[in-house]
Amino acid sequence: MNYVLRGIGVLATVGTLSLLAFSLPSGGEARGDGGGDDLMPRLTHKAWQQECASCHLAYSPALLPRASWRRVMGGLEQHFGENASLDPATQADILRFLEANAADSGRSRMGDKVMQRMDTKAAPLRITETRWFVKKHDEVPRTAWARKSVGSAANCAACHRQAEKGVFDEDTVRIPK
Amino acid sequence: MIKRIAWFGLALISAHAAADTPASSMVRYAQQAGVAVSALSPTRGEVLYRTEHPGKNGATQSCASCHTANPKQAGQTRVGKRIEPLAPSANPQRFTDAAKVEKWFRRNCTDVLRRECSAQEKGDFIAWLNQIK
Repeated sequence: MNYVLRGIGVLATVGTLSLLAFSLPSGGEARGDGGGDDLMPRLTHKAWQQECASCHLAYSPALLPRASWRRVMGGLEQHFGENASLDPATQADILRFLEANAADSGRSRMGDKVMQRMDTKAAPLRITETRWFVKKHDEVPRTAWARKSVGSAANCAACHRQAEKGVFDEDTVRIPK
Repeated sequence: MIKRIAWFGLALISAHAAADTPASSMVRYAQQAGVAVSALSPTRGEVLYRTEHPGKNGATQSCASCHTANPKQAGQTRVGKRIEPLAPSANPQRFTDAAKVEKWFRRNCTDVLRRECSAQEKGDFIAWLNQIK
């Protein structure tokens, strides 16, 4: 009798724990997700962070499909009007990382969402031109983007104050004057 | 024996990594240009920094466009990210990594001057920045 009770107790505990584990935000981490809806996948890659983040935020690979990243990395001599050329080894290293974690890699919830609104053959160069981005920012007035304090839509951190940490949820947004 | 070789290798690597300084960069560029270090000119370096060149949409651009008129100050990239000061007196990390120095000369000279900079110009440039107190 005692054993039966104990068995039920153990089962109940394990069941509750696993339910909890799956319902907690950390459940997404197995796929590289930060967890919440507006968290970029937590990723680390030395060259990606070092090189891409020397001029702008190291945009998450989950925001564009593989075909886009190939175009971006194939045209670094003319990277949105600036020469961002790299040595071939670093360039290849970063591209491998971007492709492995791209929106269509199936490795993050963020990427899945971006792909839901993307034509299968599309390969946009700008994250700001993806339907996902446009939809997400449809409440932001046009005039806000043009403010000197913002500079351009490429400057995530102007409004997303914790962008450097990969945190993009609305509570952390403050549009500067 | 293997240990000794490993130590030697490590020493070599660390010596290599620590080898670059603004002064050693000047020596390197002077050598490449085939001139003495004393022939590098801070005055020409400053002219290179401040000269305005035709830019986008009819505007002009110079090194100072992003790095500001005072190289002891932090600058800003086109998308608003901070650029640490160029002058070694304000930023000791400057000109301590030869590959990085070459990478940025290649990129920025091509953007601003629409051509690569010569070894002499690079040496002049560092000579000017390095004597800023």
